Amino acid sequence: MPKRLDLDSVLVIGSGPIIIGQACEFDYSGTQACRVLKAEGIRVILVNSNPATIMTDPEFADATYIEPITVEFVEKVIAKERPSALLPTLGGQTALNVAMQLHEQGVLERYGVELIGADVDAIKRGENREQFREIVSMIGAESARSRVCHTMDEVLLAAEELGYPLVVRPSFTMGGSGSGFAHNEAELRDIATAGLLASPTTEVLIEESIFGWKEYELELMRDKHDNVVIVCSIENFDPMGVHTGDSITVAPAMTLTDREFQHMRDVGIEIIRKVGVDTGGCNIQFAVNPLDGRMIVIEMNPRVSRSSALASKATGFPIAKIAAKLAIGYTLDEIPNDITKKTPASFEPTLDYVVVKIPRFAFEKFPGANPKLTTHMKSVGEAMAIGRNFTEALQKALRSIEKKGSEFSFGDCEDDVAELLHETSYGHENRINAVQQALWCGASIEEVHEFSKIDRWFLAQIHLVNQVAKSLIDIEQLNAETLKRAKRMGFSDAQIAALRGLTLKEVRDLRHSFGIRPVYKTVDTCAAEFEAFTPYMYSSYDEENEVTPRSREAVFILGSGPNRIGQGIEFDYSCVHASLTLRELGYDTIMINCNPETVSTDYDTSSRLYFEPLTLEDVLEVIHVEAANGPIAGVICQLGGQTPLGLAKQLQDEGINILGTSPESIHRAEERGEFGAILESNDLVSPPFGVASSFEEARRHASVIGYPVLVRPSYVLGGRGMAIVYDEDSLAHYLKTATEIEPNHPVLIDRFLDDAIEIDVDALFDGKELFLAGVMEHIEEAGIHSGDSACTLPPITLSPNDIERIQDATSKIAQSVNVRGLINIQFALSADVLYVLEANPRASRTVPFVSKATNVPLAKAAARIAVGESIQDLRNRGILPLHDALTSTATEVIAVKEAVLPFSKFQGVDTVLGPEMKSTGEVMGINHSFGAAFLKAQLAANSKGLPRKGKAFVSVADRDKRSMIFPIKRLHDLGFEILATKGTADVLRRNGVKVVEVRKHSEGTGAFGETTIVEQIMNQEIDLIINTPHGRGAREDGYAIRTAASLRSIPSISTVQGLAATVQALEALLTAELSVQSLQEYAAQLAQTGH
Amino acid sequence: MAKALLVFEDGRVFEGQGFGYEGVTTGEAVFQTGMSGYQETLTDPSYHRQIVVMTAPHIGNTGMNTTDEESHQIWVAGFVVRENSPVVSNWRAERSLDEELQRQEIVSISEVDTRAITRHLRDKGAMRAGIFSGEAANEPIAKLVERVQNTETMQGLDLSDEVSTRERYVIPAVGVKRFKVVALDLGIKSMTPELLSQRGIEVEVVPSTLSPTEFDALEMDGFFVSNGPGDPATAVQAIELVRHALSQRIPFFGICFGNQILGRALGFETYKLKFGHRGINQPVKDLQTNKVEITSHNHGFAVQAPLHEISETQFGRVRVSHVCLNDDVVEGLECLDRPAFSVQYHPEAAAGPHDSAYLFDRFLQLMENNA
Ligand SMILES: Nc1ncnc2c1ncn2[C@@H]1O[C@H](COP(=O)(O)OP(=O)(O)O)[C@@H](O)[C@H]1O
Ligand SMILES: Nc1ncnc2c1ncn2[C@@H]1O[C@H](COP(=O)(O)OP(=O)(O)O)[C@@H](O)[C@H]1O
Ligand SMILES: [Mg+2]
Ligand SMILES: [Mg+2]
Repeated sequence: MPKRLDLDSVLVIGSGPIIIGQACEFDYSGTQACRVLKAEGIRVILVNSNPATIMTDPEFADATYIEPITVEFVEKVIAKERPSALLPTLGGQTALNVAMQLHEQGVLERYGVELIGADVDAIKRGENREQFREIVSMIGAESARSRVCHTMDEVLLAAEELGYPLVVRPSFTMGGSGSGFAHNEAELRDIATAGLLASPTTEVLIEESIFGWKEYELELMRDKHDNVVIVCSIENFDPMGVHTGDSITVAPAMTLTDREFQHMRDVGIEIIRKVGVDTGGCNIQFAVNPLDGRMIVIEMNPRVSRSSALASKATGFPIAKIAAKLAIGYTLDEIPNDITKKTPASFEPTLDYVVVKIPRFAFEKFPGANPKLTTHMKSVGEAMAIGRNFTEALQKALRSIEKKGSEFSFGDCEDDVAELLHETSYGHENRINAVQQALWCGASIEEVHEFSKIDRWFLAQIHLVNQVAKSLIDIEQLNAETLKRAKRMGFSDAQIAALRGLTLKEVRDLRHSFGIRPVYKTVDTCAAEFEAFTPYMYSSYDEENEVTPRSREAVFILGSGPNRIGQGIEFDYSCVHASLTLRELGYDTIMINCNPETVSTDYDTSSRLYFEPLTLEDVLEVIHVEAANGPIAGVICQLGGQTPLGLAKQLQDEGINILGTSPESIHRAEERGEFGAILESNDLVSPPFGVASSFEEARRHASVIGYPVLVRPSYVLGGRGMAIVYDEDSLAHYLKTATEIEPNHPVLIDRFLDDAIEIDVDALFDGKELFLAGVMEHIEEAGIHSGDSACTLPPITLSPNDIERIQDATSKIAQSVNVRGLINIQFALSADVLYVLEANPRASRTVPFVSKATNVPLAKAAARIAVGESIQDLRNRGILPLHDALTSTATEVIAVKEAVLPFSKFQGVDTVLGPEMKSTGEVMGINHSFGAAFLKAQLAANSKGLPRKGKAFVSVADRDKRSMIFPIKRLHDLGFEILATKGTADVLRRNGVKVVEVRKHSEGTGAFGETTIVEQIMNQEIDLIINTPHGRGAREDGYAIRTAASLRSIPSISTVQGLAATVQALEALLTAELSVQSLQEYAAQLAQTGH
Repeated sequence: MAKALLVFEDGRVFEGQGFGYEGVTTGEAVFQTGMSGYQETLTDPSYHRQIVVMTAPHIGNTGMNTTDEESHQIWVAGFVVRENSPVVSNWRAERSLDEELQRQEIVSISEVDTRAITRHLRDKGAMRAGIFSGEAANEPIAKLVERVQNTETMQGLDLSDEVSTRERYVIPAVGVKRFKVVALDLGIKSMTPELLSQRGIEVEVVPSTLSPTEFDALEMDGFFVSNGPGDPATAVQAIELVRHALSQRIPFFGICFGNQILGRALGFETYKLKFGHRGINQPVKDLQTNKVEITSHNHGFAVQAPLHEISETQFGRVRVSHVCLNDDVVEGLECLDRPAFSVQYHPEAAAGPHDSAYLFDRFLQLMENNA
């Protein structure tokens, strides 16, 4: 039965900002959906607040709304666009939840919008843990014993019945928000309180713990004819108890017999039928008791999920794309398999390789966070690798993680085996390394199994790796046989070099002299049964190479690897754009990346895709094999963030042509000394600084420069380890605790610019001409990492003169660094002096934001410059506008970017912002006034939005007292009741603001039971919090307040600039009706105003 | 273990590690794409005289156990895998794959590029091959190739007698006995009688040599012809038996080889596929309901019949009931004027999905209608 003809337009909802548990896999799925629907001639209307996504590029939908994903705003879009249907299953939990609310509030009915892809009852049956359990038992399968609870009393009663340990799991959440293990009543109370709060239906499941069982996932698809296929089975390396998002996972399942697998498949199919997901995909999780095979169904997600993105990349079966086709009426057998072309999608992919996914964490950014892995997801990204056996895939994945120490190492056994065994007994970031070390240092497979419950099969594989490592150490002369064996098990040249005391280059040369090189195999869904037409490749040390000759010139694009804080989807955005535009220009584009969540690793994006780690070795081998198969123009390193940028020089040293900015220029911008010289020769200034190799030296520099100073280890990324230090004692403390200061690891000491306005600039330079793409004024002052700060484009307080200076400085720096393509510069304006903080000769995090705010395809332009086009060419061809981008407020459109922070996932971590980046994602608000744009950004960033009335609590540092008076007064006028701690209250009262004084946390509860501010926050009596960190002292109070606010998700403002902007936003909220407009409409307006 | 060679009749050679039994074996090389179920594959009589190449890289992870056996022995002539598991990990495992291959003297090879081999077979078609391990691997390649070239081809081979039971045996019905079925064993898998018996059917399994007279002497409500190895064109006796059953209007069900035999009994031709269907992920469409089932396949031959029209045969009208969506190969036949049908794939699964178990119910239905 072919496509439905009654659907003229479909509303697609994205997943909003990148957060832990919901990352760019939904950009991948949403982009696929938009493409499918458009290709079918359906008008696509898209709502997503995340500007860093590919899907929100104007060309992917007919009407793109970068608006908050809330009922209020989606309703506005519906009212305006009147879509015939809403597709809610591709935008993660966010889209599903908002679709459910739209249904419950009657919006869908009111506007006659049909829900496609899943119906309301099916979503409820799948997501509501109680209804789901009934279904499981109806089909004769088993769930863990549990009780559904809505109050703490019910929770405690359930605990009595079930006994400890227990698992708490809230309904309608994802990424395990609000869940956890409780071993006693105190823990239970804690976790269940958070859980009840996290669930939109105030519902949690209290469940028997099946910690240590084997964990599996199945990805299923079903069409309206009731055809069901299992796309992929996934086995978790980490047993039950560690969230699948935080587990190392393997596809296909490795330790099930056919009988067991088919039983799981049968139960899965029965579940998808009974739940009633009738067009689309779902994910079902299972636990299996390793002792007797007893199988328990854990949960299902009646939508495309993180695992489905992984399954799509692991199998070559594009789940989201097919889900979109099923939603508009096709059946599986009517959809061709893209890869084989001849066979249909109504089959089950079969793999002749092994896929391993490893999560990447960011605990180093959140000191104080509990790094133990539990049922609550904590990872910020993941890498995937493919190999022809498990060890090859595993070791490739470990090096794809790009973290020091992530690869297995084989040094002396200094640690106690007992200690190592203990380290294997619970989930944490380096558990797999502990497993390998324990085995390396003499523990038996049995012992490690006993402690870790990790399946013996996996342990035996790691044991094999150790054995090969041992042979590499023991063998007198490294011969071809041993080397080949090691390569077949995934050892990197670097590991071998370390084992043999050789250099990387020596190992590589030796390997090549033996003729040992990887071959490249195709991911083809069918284990080679049919010919594959899509070059989706991975390396393996096997016999036959499948790379085919090319005739067009090729451009390599190096991706950005696993998402991490500071390097995420924004960089994938730029890589994808480059690929699309260069293909248009007639190049073959070759993408190398290892992040399964992204659009760049969709086999549709580039001419060829190599799913490989981004290390020098792996990249060189891909280039080698491609060079043997066709002409090569060069490699683009400037789009994927710091990862490929760091490879540029080494690739050039191997004789490879780097397109765009040269490694020499990169060095000029990144090396402090050279960059300092550039600034000096252009009469530009940077904050005074010094480099210190000892505490004495640091002290001397600091006293010359003057406190406060910003200290950091040299060569850091994303502000790692940076701190603002106010006096000598704190300096000593920092040097003692935060970094090892020694001659090889010097520390940089900068004058910290107090009260400076920070400005971000993105520009293009072609060697002659500069295109100033965007000048963004940060809302928060310098000192808060640019990635965490809100910003506005165009700037709202800078004068034309300021902007001219910025433009001039940008031009000079771009020229002197000699950039070819994108450059990003951060400035700080303090006491009318324009300081240059840093220059990044690459695509920046803000490229997608600027592109969307100004409707200029920056990344595309950068890719074209890299292959030789000039800015003049681009202007002539209409790719760049004739005049530079928005620089003044004269234009109509204002876009505000706001960062989204992961504090709710890391309980107890101080939420105060600083020079070290902590945000995982961003949203954009766009409108015709700053207040409205800022408001939209806030509504999009914070699920609770901003309060319209209620109690506002204020407590600010002395230096902020003066500047908060006016905005607080205004807040009061807008109808808020103002509460403040003593000092702040005094100032406000003196300035005629009516204010109620509250007790500080440190003062404790009063004699008559007066509650402290922290207690009031915990009791949810406060609606808005304004708390700026006090430079010194009283820190504890601030910490307690911010933590409580984060626990209760109460909007909390930590800078006076943020306060001022919020007050403007509240004015907009209370006085004007907010309208929605699509990017396409804004673009038309921008064109009209002559831009 | 020692070096081993996998040698093809066209001269292509792959070097790997020997495992299982050391020595020499020859057979028709075929590839199997299932990711689970190697034990069922090994013990499936249809693989008799074939060297099976597993495309899934890790084989042996769950060891071997007694319950998952599809017959009393391993039938494959040789076994080719990328990685043989160093340990066994499953609560039902009784021994390792390697031990079992040694015990049953199955010459096997690992550490070869199974994907390259699969592509070779896909492009050139199933062909004869040999595994030479230990001493034998040191002979000159040309000699080994010659040895392979001197073996028999599958086309024209009658293997039923080699795999069939010698003695009749009965598998009682589970619960109340509703019907009795005679199952002609041309290489039957144990899951088939098990699924029949679960439906209240008593199954009497008979040898391939059963004559029409012996057939007439048996009491039965239905007649079943199993899967099995070899070229259907040679199964003259079985074809005769099926014609005999059709003329008596005895309810008939055939699987795999049984489908080819029904096809020939009805007057259709059979032919050898280039590289066959062997896997557990094959999409088959039921042409009546238009539903797709994911099915288990193991066939190198197929029936030639028109897909979308009704054929007139000596036994009345016949239609193709099922088709493989990958390549439009006939996957099932249904007589419209006789109580008879058959499928080319494996509704008994083992290994494979259970999507097609309904066909056993359909057989039950036929017998009920006939009763
Ligand atoms: N009863 C249980 N005992 C032990 N671990 C459990 C139990 N239930 C779930 N888990 C673990 O918690 C993780 C998250 O649970 P899940 O229900 O999948 O929540 P989410 O919706 O966040 O994915 C699972 O991946 C599993 O490892
Ligand atoms: N001298 C300074 N005075 C005030 N703030 C600064 C200074 N230098 C850096 N910062 C702040 O620290 C943040 C991170 O510093 P930056 O040099 O941009 O490092 P990164 O490479 O992490 O982006 C900046 O966004 C800015 O807010
Ligand atoms: Mg889950
Ligand atoms: Mg910066």
